[in-house]
Amino acid sequence: MNVTLRVNGADRTLALEPRRTLLDALRHDLQLTGTKKVCDMGDCGACTVLVDGEAMYSCLLLAVDCAGREITTIEGLATGDRLDPVQQAFIEADAFQCGFCTSGQIMSLRGLLNDNDKPSEADIQRAVSGNLCRCGAYQHIVQAGRRAAELQAASGGD
Amino acid sequence: MPSLQIEKQPEADENGEPQYEITEKTDLAPWGTDANLTTVGQPVPRVEGIEKVTGRAIYTYDVRQPGQLYARVLRSPHPHAKIVRIDTSRAETMPGVRAVLSLENAPDIDWYEDGKLFQRTVRFVGDEVAVVAAETEEQADDAIRAIEVEYEPLPFVVDLAAALQPDAPRVHYDAEKNVSGEKTYERGDTAAGFAEADVVIEATYETQTNLHNCFEPHGTTASWDGDRLTLWSSTQAVFEVRSQVAEKLGLPEHHVRVIKQHMGGGFGSKQVPWKQDVFAALLSKAAGRPVQLMLSREGENLAAGNRNATIQRVKIGAKRDGTLTAIEAAIELETGAYMVGGEASDVKGIYETLYRCANVRTSQTGRYTNVGPTVAFRAPGYVEGAWGLEQAIDELARELGRDPIDLRLQNYADTEQVKELPYTIPDVLRRCYERAAEISGWQGWQRSEPNGTKRRGIGIAAHNWLGGAGHAPGYAWVKLNGDGSADVVTGTQDIGSGTRTGLLQVAAEELGLPVDQVNLQLGDTANGPFAPVSSGSATQATIGPAIRVAAAAAKRELLHAASQFLEEPVERLSVRAGNIHVEGEANPVATVAEITNRLAPHMIFGQGSRSPNTTEKEIRTFGVQIAEVEVDSATGEVTVLQLYSSDDCGRVINPTMVESQVIGGVTQGLGVALTEERIIDQRTGIVLNANLEEYKVPTILDIPAITSSPIDVPDPEANQTGAKGIGESPIVPTAPAIANAIYDAVGVRIYKAPVIRERLLDALAAQNGDNA
Repeated sequence: MNVTLRVNGADRTLALEPRRTLLDALRHDLQLTGTKKVCDMGDCGACTVLVDGEAMYSCLLLAVDCAGREITTIEGLATGDRLDPVQQAFIEADAFQCGFCTSGQIMSLRGLLNDNDKPSEADIQRAVSGNLCRCGAYQHIVQAGRRAAELQAASGGD
Repeated sequence: MPSLQIEKQPEADENGEPQYEITEKTDLAPWGTDANLTTVGQPVPRVEGIEKVTGRAIYTYDVRQPGQLYARVLRSPHPHAKIVRIDTSRAETMPGVRAVLSLENAPDIDWYEDGKLFQRTVRFVGDEVAVVAAETEEQADDAIRAIEVEYEPLPFVVDLAAALQPDAPRVHYDAEKNVSGEKTYERGDTAAGFAEADVVIEATYETQTNLHNCFEPHGTTASWDGDRLTLWSSTQAVFEVRSQVAEKLGLPEHHVRVIKQHMGGGFGSKQVPWKQDVFAALLSKAAGRPVQLMLSREGENLAAGNRNATIQRVKIGAKRDGTLTAIEAAIELETGAYMVGGEASDVKGIYETLYRCANVRTSQTGRYTNVGPTVAFRAPGYVEGAWGLEQAIDELARELGRDPIDLRLQNYADTEQVKELPYTIPDVLRRCYERAAEISGWQGWQRSEPNGTKRRGIGIAAHNWLGGAGHAPGYAWVKLNGDGSADVVTGTQDIGSGTRTGLLQVAAEELGLPVDQVNLQLGDTANGPFAPVSSGSATQATIGPAIRVAAAAAKRELLHAASQFLEEPVERLSVRAGNIHVEGEANPVATVAEITNRLAPHMIFGQGSRSPNTTEKEIRTFGVQIAEVEVDSATGEVTVLQLYSSDDCGRVINPTMVESQVIGGVTQGLGVALTEERIIDQRTGIVLNANLEEYKVPTILDIPAITSSPIDVPDPEANQTGAKGIGESPIVPTAPAIANAIYDAVGVRIYKAPVIRERLLDALAAQNGDNA
């Protein structure tokens, strides 16, 4: 069936099987492979995207249910060469190793900072508590969350 | 000048073929302790950082070729069965299906010991039965479900303790008591050693099966161009995949190209060429289209390796003054259904080497079971062995009333006692003990006042991991471009550990160029010289020195050219920060770019190889960790509050990368200690938690505050960069340090990892029963 998805600010009309998840639609139909598939059952958070500004697991959403909603993926965060404060903070804090969970971690923290520009450490931890990292970069991810909030505040909010 | 030295050995091999020792000697003075280095040692940000935070980094899973199909695997639901009938006819006609391979139509290809690519007998839940390629993953899944297979179930054994019983079902008909291999070692006389002991500690320690759970699963995209094959493979060993696929498919090696740019974790499990490379290639050939085969999460956890479970019967004797008199360790370890070639698990090694002891006897017996094959997992063997040894030493310290650090230092080994070689830095483990004590404020065991049902404790563990040394061979090229930038090319792979950054710093340092003037290419068999598998924390120490040799050769050529352009004697010239300097003059006389620009299109090119390691000394990496925990004796909950890690990796090339490896290793070690355990239903042989829901990897809410303090003593006898690997070693002591801290907190010893609440509460109940 035909469905129009609004992804990173652009409308894309796709012919999809109803069972296709948002994750697979992004990765296969839109070639947006920055969003990762790891568990494909809502356990790990690697597929996290923003749906209407809120962090959600794209493997648990059917693409056809996302018509008319504003979807933001990791590819939609930077403005040209200017990184989102969360992306910048991840580099500064070395908040990843292999990088496979990183898109999801960044999107979860972007979701947090959309709602709360002065998060506590507990807020940061809770925001990514559904994002597993097998390389074990958590300690640096918390640091990146703090740094992202600072960068966002310094840039006058986002 | 030719550098290959070939020496015929006096003894022929078992087939009567002559044996040669091949070495490539290079003569580059090591960067010593006092070397004035400007790029090496700096916290250079991860060079692939922008690609990774923007989602632009292309992993194997992200490869998209025109017309690409997607493949799925049908796996055995039985732990041991004979396939009586397999019917793929319905699957073949389903929408979108382009190729199906099974026992019925696959070429005859040998695999796993004396097995085949597809076998009539399946030996574990998850063993491959058929593969399908279709237009979409969903259609491939549909087709997999439509394949009809009739199985004749066979007796099975899925538990290590059960597998070694004389009447256990046999996984392989010719393996009595399911023995897959046996190693023994002995020095001195342990009977005499125990006779002179005043105290003997005797216990059986067990470690669980850990699942690697690499976030990017194993997998491959295969694409043919005529009789030439390109594979994008999520592997730790592009050259091994190339040689194995070429051999299995009867192709010349230059017709197979293996590419691996970014990888979502390997942790050892991707160091052997698995079946999916060949599956993808065969499906692609049959369909005439590129095929991507990535394992599902369940497939990843069933059939792509796991850390071997162990049972370790340990006996340690000591005199009243603390001197160790004897160590015995009889170890059983699980092999799984097949030996896949990646079993490097040296469980007994730490018992033989960590402490000075004249009388040591060890054995290690592998046992087949009807579960997925085991393969190396980050510091294989030492993680398991440290769980037993370091708890046993803790028990001994308790028995003797000694401080656990003092007791360990009293039995300090400054030589490797099996090979009888001194360590390259004999006192570096001592420094690790001192540093760990210092950063943790160690004051020995001090029983804190309980807070309600909660009690705190502290524990320590040490290790002497056998990896990190690197080895020959390994190669690199350095090319200087007309604009003064440099391309460094090597065939190694970055498995997600920071290899690109660390290697690039070595190149920039030797070339005298800023890091942003250097590019590093790797992970492509068609575009780089040979590099070995990325395992044993070897890559930095293997390829780093080769890159330095290549960079030095390029720099010599550059200075030779500069000397002629500038009319200065070459001995007076040097390169720093992209500039050519003349000895005694404060300002540079030219930039590198000015020289290379005048040369262009003539180019400067250097190549380098890795010299062999010293045979006079033993190169290892060491570490000590101290854990502070809080245990709630009512709920069995263990909270690790602090984890202090002091580690030796020789010279620290990049403190940021080293810290990331340490916190990562500790975090995985936390899983080993407390949460991670594969669970198998003993009646059906089915793995109950082959997913990330019930297989509990640590989350951000589980981690302690981790303090990493590398010793940072260059090891110039290890190699001329003085750096050793840090990838594996930090995971080794974490679990026993935590177990020892739990004992300190509540006075019960948990012999079987992980320390889940059930085990802890049972032990506490038994303790109360004893007290009652």
